[in-house]
Amino acid sequence: MGKEHLKFVIVGHVDHGKSTLIGRLFFDTGCLPKEKIEEVKKICDSLGKELEFAYVMDHLEEERDQGITIDTAQTFFSTKKRDYVIIDAPGHREFTKNMITGASQAEAAILIVDAEEGVQEQTKRHAYILKMLGLDQVIVVINKMDLVNYDESRFKEVSKDIKEFLNKIGANEPTYIIPISAKEGDNVAKKSENMKWFEGMTILEALDTFKSKMDRSNLALRMPVQDVYKIDDKRIIVGRVEAGTISEGDKVLILPTEENAVIASVEEFLNPDKKKAVCGESTGIVTKEKAFIDRGMVLSDKEDKPIVTSTVKANLFWMSKDPLRKGETVTLKCATEEASCDIEKIEKRIDSSTFEVLEKDASELRNMEVGEVILKTNKEIIVDDFNKTPELGRFVIEKGLDTAGGGIIIMGEEK
Amino acid sequence: MDHLDELESKSIYIIREAYKQFKNIAVLWSIGKDSTTLMWLVRKAFYGKVPFPALHIDTSFKFKEIYEFRDKWAKEWGFNLVIGRNEEALKRGVNCKTSGALQCCGQLKTEALKQAIAKHGFKALLLGIRRDEHGIRAKERVFSPRNKEFQWNYKDQPPELWDQYKNKQEGEQHIRVHPMLHWTELDIWRYIKRENIPVVSLYFAKNGKRYRSIGCEPCCHPIDSNADDIDKIIEELKTTKVAERSGRSQDKEAAYMMQKLRSLGYM
Repeated sequence: MGKEHLKFVIVGHVDHGKSTLIGRLFFDTGCLPKEKIEEVKKICDSLGKELEFAYVMDHLEEERDQGITIDTAQTFFSTKKRDYVIIDAPGHREFTKNMITGASQAEAAILIVDAEEGVQEQTKRHAYILKMLGLDQVIVVINKMDLVNYDESRFKEVSKDIKEFLNKIGANEPTYIIPISAKEGDNVAKKSENMKWFEGMTILEALDTFKSKMDRSNLALRMPVQDVYKIDDKRIIVGRVEAGTISEGDKVLILPTEENAVIASVEEFLNPDKKKAVCGESTGIVTKEKAFIDRGMVLSDKEDKPIVTSTVKANLFWMSKDPLRKGETVTLKCATEEASCDIEKIEKRIDSSTFEVLEKDASELRNMEVGEVILKTNKEIIVDDFNKTPELGRFVIEKGLDTAGGGIIIMGEEK
Repeated sequence: MDHLDELESKSIYIIREAYKQFKNIAVLWSIGKDSTTLMWLVRKAFYGKVPFPALHIDTSFKFKEIYEFRDKWAKEWGFNLVIGRNEEALKRGVNCKTSGALQCCGQLKTEALKQAIAKHGFKALLLGIRRDEHGIRAKERVFSPRNKEFQWNYKDQPPELWDQYKNKQEGEQHIRVHPMLHWTELDIWRYIKRENIPVVSLYFAKNGKRYRSIGCEPCCHPIDSNADDIDKIIEELKTTKVAERSGRSQDKEAAYMMQKLRSLGYM
């Protein structure tokens, strides 16, 4: 117990070796059950193939037949320092929505690039998505070094290309760039004998330096209301503390109504001594005064408050074949708030792979494009700086029955 | 918050979302350690006053210990227990020995569940499955739609970003909600120990054997083990290289058996 946990996603262009790297990480850390190795061996035999590490993650019949990852998957492995959750994300353009699903859950990322093929379309798109999601703990690995004779100059070339692209999209330099061979195991868990010229860390060493999710308990309170329960005589307001803490006796502000409230009690089942809930906790509180509180409202610090607005500017990644059209009405979901919203303006339409502005003041945003958009909600919503309270700085757009876009709010320019 | 607090908090958040969004829901209780832990989390989420039923899909082939445990704790915890059985198939004599596992699981579990959903009109079901159990389950979403034929369209799942879950459904679609996808088997046991959650006695070793995963008696096989308390089980799991569901026949009869079962609505 007490071991740290970290969730990271592996992304990159199709066939650059994501699933193989995962298989290698499992194998080298001794985290692959014997039965699993046997199962994979058996399946490889029956398909007439050599042992493929990729099959550890690619579980769907179609994935194994076609040798590609279709959907995102999560598995677990440990080092001495930590327990890791690996999120495998598909590289195919067609499955970008599954990649985003996976990446949105991660605290860190490995971006994998094939040393032979170099930076490709999905390498760039994935790099952009990582940046947009605010992931800044990133390892770039240049894979398949065995295929280029472990050549240092090729490593430098590809490193330069990826750095240039990251620079172009305004992303930070990657935390590490590591030359590896996932297939042969070079620089994954063990230092490579074949690349003595490389003095940096292995992937495992690099991962162990990353920090798990920031604790935001010392920031100003943000608790979006999830629901209100009547339990016996109590009216319990439930939700998760997304920043700060909430304690018995605290004076808080209810947004958007700007009503004041005093916390009479913090409620936990079978724990009458509960007095305080910290950041990240799903909790419940009872207020002293009877205040109107409903889902979507936010309990906040009285001085340091989020913004109440009905106009937001945002970067929006669109992932539906049905384009988003200027002037249409869709649903916006931010924390526990859900509101109808009109697409007032699509200021820019951007290619998510080349990062080129395709059009200004566009009439629609198409699948896999990024837009700088202005949205008008039909009621006031509560938003915050993404870097301060991510949960209130990001949102999804639903069109029809499903999520079709993911957005990050751009602060300071609304209204 | 420590790791178990974080897991618990995320699960409670998901459970509360499911109820808020769909109201007419049920928690699927197989009486195993995972779904019993889920029952515990559901009680915490609603301060002991759970506003929806617990659904047990009964094949009639469960261990007797499972039935005893179910009746005792459903009563103790004040759950509205709903039992779903495919009586018609049972009358026909469907069983795994003569009908085969695909038939038997399909009729007595999947079909029984379909009948229960139709009868009670559930819009969503809470299930205690975990990503580390089986490769195919690692691909699941937290809120996962099933179409009216009950199929899981694993080739084209809707995106699921952050904690924003699917809450709109069409026609006879129902949503499988998985509040414990992010837990591992080891997490479950550590949490059971910390919270002192009761579990069926079959998990603890007797005469050098214990069950690591429980279900129908004919299809579950015990493992060699001397772990007769939770601490010993935790120690055993830390070092084992054997997969959790290795004692479950339906997982391995043929490659992709689980995928086939699941795409047809199996849990």
